[in-house]
Amino acid sequence: MIEGAIWRRWVFFYVPLTSFIVLLLFPFYWMVITTIRPDGELYRPWNSIKYNPFWTWHPTLDHIRDLLTQTLFMTWMLNTMIIALSATAISLFCGLLAGYALSRLRFPFAGSLGTAIFITYLVPQTLLFIPLADIIRNFRLGDSPWALILTYPTFLIPFCTWLMMGYFKSIPKELEECARIDGATRWKAMLYIIFPIAVPGILSAGIFAFTLSWNEFLYALVFLSSPEEKTVPVGVTSELIRGDVFYWGELMAGALLGSIPVAFVYSFFVEHYVASVTGSVKG
Amino acid sequence: MAEVVLQNLNKNFDEVYAVKDVNLSIRDKEFMVLVGPSGCGKTTTLRMVAGLESISSGRILIDDKVINELAPMDRDIAMVFQNYALYPHMSVYDNMAFGLKMRKFDRADIAQRVQEAAEILGMQDLLKRKPRQLSGGQRQRVALGRAIVRHPQVFLFDEPLSNLDAKLRVQMRVELKKLHDRLGTTAIYVTHDQVEAMTLGDRVVVMRDGLVQQVGEPLELYNEPANRFVAGFLGSPSMNFATVVTHQTDGALWAEDEGIRIKVSGQTAGRLGRYAGQQVTMGIRPEDLHVATEADPAELGFDATVEVVEKLGSEILLDVAVGPHTMVASVEPNVRINVRDRLRLALNPERLHFFDAESEAVI
Repeated sequence: MIEGAIWRRWVFFYVPLTSFIVLLLFPFYWMVITTIRPDGELYRPWNSIKYNPFWTWHPTLDHIRDLLTQTLFMTWMLNTMIIALSATAISLFCGLLAGYALSRLRFPFAGSLGTAIFITYLVPQTLLFIPLADIIRNFRLGDSPWALILTYPTFLIPFCTWLMMGYFKSIPKELEECARIDGATRWKAMLYIIFPIAVPGILSAGIFAFTLSWNEFLYALVFLSSPEEKTVPVGVTSELIRGDVFYWGELMAGALLGSIPVAFVYSFFVEHYVASVTGSVKG
Repeated sequence: MAEVVLQNLNKNFDEVYAVKDVNLSIRDKEFMVLVGPSGCGKTTTLRMVAGLESISSGRILIDDKVINELAPMDRDIAMVFQNYALYPHMSVYDNMAFGLKMRKFDRADIAQRVQEAAEILGMQDLLKRKPRQLSGGQRQRVALGRAIVRHPQVFLFDEPLSNLDAKLRVQMRVELKKLHDRLGTTAIYVTHDQVEAMTLGDRVVVMRDGLVQQVGEPLELYNEPANRFVAGFLGSPSMNFATVVTHQTDGALWAEDEGIRIKVSGQTAGRLGRYAGQQVTMGIRPEDLHVATEADPAELGFDATVEVVEKLGSEILLDVAVGPHTMVASVEPNVRINVRDRLRLALNPERLHFFDAESEAVI
């Protein structure tokens, strides 16, 4: 808290904080208000007398109904959920084991291997999708969820590995040594001691991986083509923008409903997540 | 109950030796303390016994069985770590039971053993708590409890008291000693604190730069140090050293330097004889110096100027200047002395130590 005179508190605390919150939340507000606004208000020209973009007196659920009935939105949601969960599970599993190995086991080139994995994360997706498209075609995986379930880990595994590596390094190695003297094999020590302690780290890696795959756009756009195979971000933008016609209400309803699972995941794990970012185990 | 033997034990990282040619025989039920400054190889030695560090060459035997290649879990040892290494997500009970569970003890047996250990350590009320809800001393007890429930052949302690505050450390030291007397398990204890080493150890190993300097009972090490390092390391305040030149005059052997002229007699003189005319290091412990009285012969004392007076209650420590040397003398608490006083200090000739100036070995 800012000490001193009241004006200082206002200038350095309340005003900046409020403007930050307003700036941050405005897009969400816009999304919500556009979703529930009837078309008549949405397409009213800006110079009309009744023009009022920030509020509506006639809220409606029409757009949501249209989205759910006129488009394949629920299929897209299901696709996205399956793809995001599978990709996250694969990446977490690999990242956990790789992170553990790189931070704990002594083997030649452990350090440079860690760096190499990180470098693969730095290769831009916009370049990587070209060779990947070739691979997907050769394996005949195009236009199926497998195209994404198997390609998302290319950027999620390095990410999870690095996050977990850092977290494992913060856990005193004596805990594991003690477990091994106590009678646990390395595998058991990992399973019963290290992984339970690393839960906050695992959760935050999971949340990040899930969000990244949920929101991913480029691979989904390139590798999937049939409407019933699409994910939410691609489905909403490709099916609700037709030429130069934007179905704003349905678009925003799609964005709103599409962000609910992610928001849910975040709020559910937020405490663990914060714990993993702000600190770890004390000896 | 077990005997632990280290034979020609070496640990090197490329060219650098962390532990060099260590030979030790730790008897059954013995409390052996490894002591030395940081980086002397004591912890590495302990970790090799535990199986946490690979052995470069040499052998470790527990009860005549070579354990070099055994996994830590198969060595039947228990270790207490400096940071306690309690499992933070488990209750005190589960922390103590973990080793037994891993070894597939049945539930009733586990409960009984944990209860027993908790009683010995007086922490029956803490069993349901998590480690973060415990104070430093309590955590230390849990770590000890976790070691004793397993009834291992050997206890290994890696500076277990160094994270505690001074008062608690003294208290836990006494408890550790009692515990060892009660259980009688062979123990290897690593510390950098010479007081801990002297008070706890049945025998003490002093190490430096990976080499064993001397092994012996605490008082043996204190009274008859094998070299200058051991002499200086054990004892607080530490031994006073002065470089002196020895020479034969009037049929007696004298040790001399600016401000010091002392007659060496008896056996010491016999051993020192062949160093006549050479430089040697003379050592005298602070408690072997006292303020000279009429009865003290002139050739066993020197003049000194008091620089600092530290009144500790049970004794007074005087930091004095003797010629170019500074020395510490521990004198009776009732002596009235002020800073800058000049006085004459006498020494106990039996308690003089001489060390070779080059090899630093005792003469």
